[in-house]
Amino acid sequence: MSTSTTTPPGAGPAGPDAGTARRPPVVRVSVPQRSINSELRAIKIVWRRELTRYMSDRLRMVTTLVQPLLFLFVLGSGLQQLASRGTHGVNLKTFIYPGILCIVVLFTAMFSAASIVWDREFGFLREMMVAPVRRSSIVIGKCIGGASVAAIQGVIVIALAGVVNVPYNVVMIIEIFLLQLLLAFTITAFGVMIAVRIKQMQSFMGVMQMVVTPMFFISGALFPASGLPGWLTVLNRIDPLTYAVDPMRRIVFSHLSMSPAARRALDPGITWWGWRVPTVAEVAIVALMGLAMLAVAIWEFSTSE
Amino acid sequence: MALADNRQVAAPDPGAAAPAIVVRDLVKSFSEVRAVRGVTFEVATGEVFGFLGPNGAGKTTTINMLCTLAKPSSGEARVAGHDVVTERDDVRRNIGLVFQDPTLDGYMTAAQNLRLHAELYGVQSDLVMPRMQQVMEMVGLWDRRDSVVGTFSGGMRRRLEIARGLMHSPRVLFLDEPTIGLDPQTRRSIWSYIRELKEREEITIFMTTHYMDEAEWCDRIAIMDHGEIVALDSPETLKAGVGKDRVVIHTDDNDAAIAALREKFGIEAQISEGAVTFGVASGEEFVPRLFAELGVPIRAVSVSRPTLDDVFMSYTGTTIRDAEEDSSKHRNRVMMQMMSGGRR
Repeated sequence: MSTSTTTPPGAGPAGPDAGTARRPPVVRVSVPQRSINSELRAIKIVWRRELTRYMSDRLRMVTTLVQPLLFLFVLGSGLQQLASRGTHGVNLKTFIYPGILCIVVLFTAMFSAASIVWDREFGFLREMMVAPVRRSSIVIGKCIGGASVAAIQGVIVIALAGVVNVPYNVVMIIEIFLLQLLLAFTITAFGVMIAVRIKQMQSFMGVMQMVVTPMFFISGALFPASGLPGWLTVLNRIDPLTYAVDPMRRIVFSHLSMSPAARRALDPGITWWGWRVPTVAEVAIVALMGLAMLAVAIWEFSTSE
Repeated sequence: MALADNRQVAAPDPGAAAPAIVVRDLVKSFSEVRAVRGVTFEVATGEVFGFLGPNGAGKTTTINMLCTLAKPSSGEARVAGHDVVTERDDVRRNIGLVFQDPTLDGYMTAAQNLRLHAELYGVQSDLVMPRMQQVMEMVGLWDRRDSVVGTFSGGMRRRLEIARGLMHSPRVLFLDEPTIGLDPQTRRSIWSYIRELKEREEITIFMTTHYMDEAEWCDRIAIMDHGEIVALDSPETLKAGVGKDRVVIHTDDNDAAIAALREKFGIEAQISEGAVTFGVASGEEFVPRLFAELGVPIRAVSVSRPTLDDVFMSYTGTTIRDAEEDSSKHRNRVMMQMMSGGRR
């Protein structure tokens, strides 16, 4: 096949321009057959573009942090006065800190997914859709990219641990980071799954408000998920974010010293009909949901024209 | 004139190579509309082939099928020797695309956009820079390579898109309305790039346009109307085929003039853009007879050699402008698109 051979620059190509001396020879390049390498390259390109976008958008770094920090410091300090007895002497800010570690990832990852809608509106998505790469590579690159960006934002919140009386323990920080990375991947996959179907930015923002805010409120990021009214318990157990918030809280609380009574009240764990769901199972739920939503996103993206 | 001479030199040589594009009975139906109703044609390697027709005639749908962006409902198409359905990736490796709507990343520089494209297509890294310089010099943007695309004008963006479409040395370059919405000067310069390109690289160019004057630059054109190809040949042959000069008369009573033309000369005239229009074998000799015998006062008259407009009219019974005004449905769609996120 003629395209698989390369004429290096300056080699003097044959053809219509061989006789035109005043012009430099045409640089002919070739596009290799599709392979696993071209897919990995495509994933890398999409991932890198996501990071470049994030790095050049300082405003976004700040705006996606504002809400979580408001909850942590304003709500945390404000409600402290009402809640001091219920928290068994634990500062309310310390209690909601694990939840904030999760929601900062939630907000950032959804924002990353929005760039698919954005790229579609401004046409750039088409440039990627017609390239000789699988659509799945584009989706995977997007999800890894969104996860990376969200994890970077997460690190900023990890850095605030000392302010809310959580010690800087290396093992804890690594555990938090890995869990954030996993959650970020799952949420981005979820966001991409929705974004693929939506053509306009305003609609996506609307859907995001409708989905993200309830997910975050119901997840137990701001309250312990035990002894809730029945309807709220049901919603809480359905909310995917619940299974990230609970392990996150356990990671943080295992490095705090508190009375057994406080631990029971504030870190009750998630139960299904009285059975306590183990931490490993919770993490597995988040991971499996991420993969399932990634699969749906890929399928949707591949079938859209 | 220089461009016309180039056309003679670079005319396609049928049989020199396998056709770049082969299309057989291609059909595309959307839920209730048959946008493309069985088109068949071939494009020779090295040819500049134009698809001409009003908006909504099915040009873009056809191009989307050839570019593997839409699946044909039936029929078959091969581009650069590969089937557009079963060998999608092989087709994609060998084609370059320039869409009607911009597809650049406005946040990146011109060079970054081209580099991303080269990487996406797996161009050897040591060839990226020389190739980039070549294609950007061709469209006159090499000096602006480090400018962010968001600062570019519409014409510059279109030129950059053409350069990007060429980054991976495609064998077939698809241009969907490459000059739409551009000023006449930019349109001319884009055409000179296209001609230069054809001269320099072994490339086949497939384009759509609804500008009649631009279709003249193509080696061959297919006239498309209501999802079908109604004529296909070189512009010269098509114009010669009309065989008649075009006479346009302005009168105070168009209906009476049409009736008189039918009665006294046996000519079927039409009203187009507010004037009575018809074709006769030798227009200049007909005009004196017209004034003497028509019996309806004539305010103005013009005689012209056949243009592609007349070709279009003789095949479709309407001018391309009238055809576009008819498709108000399409206009509404375009407005919706513009309102829902057009950049301009």
